[in-house]
Amino acid sequence: MPPPPSRRTGFSRKARYGMLLGYAVAIGGMLVALLLLTIAIVDPQGFAALRGGALDATAPASAGGRSVSGFFSGIGDGVSNYFRAGSQNARLRRELDETRRELMATRTAQAENARLRALLGLARETPDEIAITRIVGSSFLSARRLATLSAGSEAGIRVGQPVRSPDGLIGRVLETGRWASRVLLVGDGASSVPVRSLRGNVPALAVGRGDGTIELRTLEVGANPFRAGDVLVTSGVGGIFPPDVPVARVVRIENQTAIARPLADPARVDHVVVQPAYQPAATGGLDSAAPPLAAPPVSGPPAPTTPPQLQRDPDYQPALQDAQPGMVVRPRAPEPAR
Amino acid sequence: MSRIAASEAEVALHDFRRRFVPLLSTVAAILLALLPIVAAAPLLPDFGFLALITWRLLRPEIWTPRMALGLGLAADLVAGHPLGQSMLLWTAAFLVFDLIDSRLGFRDYWMDWLIAAGALILHTVGAWYIALLMGSDVRFAVILPQMALSILTYPAAARLVLALDRWRLAR
Repeated sequence: MPPPPSRRTGFSRKARYGMLLGYAVAIGGMLVALLLLTIAIVDPQGFAALRGGALDATAPASAGGRSVSGFFSGIGDGVSNYFRAGSQNARLRRELDETRRELMATRTAQAENARLRALLGLARETPDEIAITRIVGSSFLSARRLATLSAGSEAGIRVGQPVRSPDGLIGRVLETGRWASRVLLVGDGASSVPVRSLRGNVPALAVGRGDGTIELRTLEVGANPFRAGDVLVTSGVGGIFPPDVPVARVVRIENQTAIARPLADPARVDHVVVQPAYQPAATGGLDSAAPPLAAPPVSGPPAPTTPPQLQRDPDYQPALQDAQPGMVVRPRAPEPAR
Repeated sequence: MSRIAASEAEVALHDFRRRFVPLLSTVAAILLALLPIVAAAPLLPDFGFLALITWRLLRPEIWTPRMALGLGLAADLVAGHPLGQSMLLWTAAFLVFDLIDSRLGFRDYWMDWLIAAGALILHTVGAWYIALLMGSDVRFAVILPQMALSILTYPAAARLVLALDRWRLAR
């Protein structure tokens, strides 16, 4: 198809200038876009209001269709379950036997744990939750792995808070609108979660690979300490994620790198829980951090607190001033050290 | 349908359809990013960009390059890309298309597909590189399936856009 003649401006000077102006606007717009992109890279929280507003406006549309897509994604599972029923049945029986044995051991350990806690006088710590909400969409068009939640700053959600489901860690909040927020999933390439393996307590960083798997970067040099089947939980290092939340299970070792798969599948979970940052100071700047505790949190007899004493004039001379008893005077400037 | 418009309202309706079907269909494609799909890996093509370049290759005269700027901004806000990503890539694609059109006197369907494939590859790689700059350290192989699928989707998009175009201009 030849380009239509209307693109050709011919000899009309007005039309030619108009076309030139169009190109100037386009190139200027590209420069502005480059600037916006630079701002987005340097300061990811820039334009938070604009992006949050767009999030608010678009999230309800996603939320409406979520149940429909859940139905369709369930069809594939149903069909494959039908065809693999026999082998699946045998495998599940085997797993059930193993799980029963493990359950007994776990119950014993739980009972012992409760007894020891009671002995120590510790209350069972309940991690509080900020909001229970749903995942309504994701950035399935780009190489980033972000999900949209149907609750935002109005529900108390702030940037940096961890998000989990009953199965395990989902990610952490990246940006918020008023009624919707965006979550950086643990599978995203920019997400790194400090974890430890349940077997052997090996610390590592779980870094997403963008294709639904997680790479485990150990902190120590040497042979890979992980085996297929190892379960990883958050270690609580870094202060964002609370400790002991299940994150992933190692599926294979690829040339000395352990590849794990997240335990919580954001496509399947119905509800997720947004929790407060484990140590809130970890998400803010350095100056917004809370000051250290005045007294060390030791359990024991409380330190003897002296009532605030009234400051008296050190140069008190009754003969000169004749002050009333208990008179308060302004503290003096400290004398220069000699 | 009769060839002669019966009333002023019908003329206005036809005019609206002729003017705005390309824009509205592209916006609808951009809004497909809101589908409630949660994917573990990128697979589906960027529908907005696909619709945009299909319209541009079929009807070079309807849009100037700055149109891509506004639509790119809408796509960035809807899909949650870093602000400026689609604005930059889409406008650059339009400028390159103008350059190609000025050099190439004639192109057919296969040339269109080739040009679209180049644009889709550059667009996906550009988005991947911007994500890399933003700290998302993802292997290049992760985006290959998405690239292949979007190139294979072009013929379907071209059919759809062609049908819309015929309906738009029908009397």
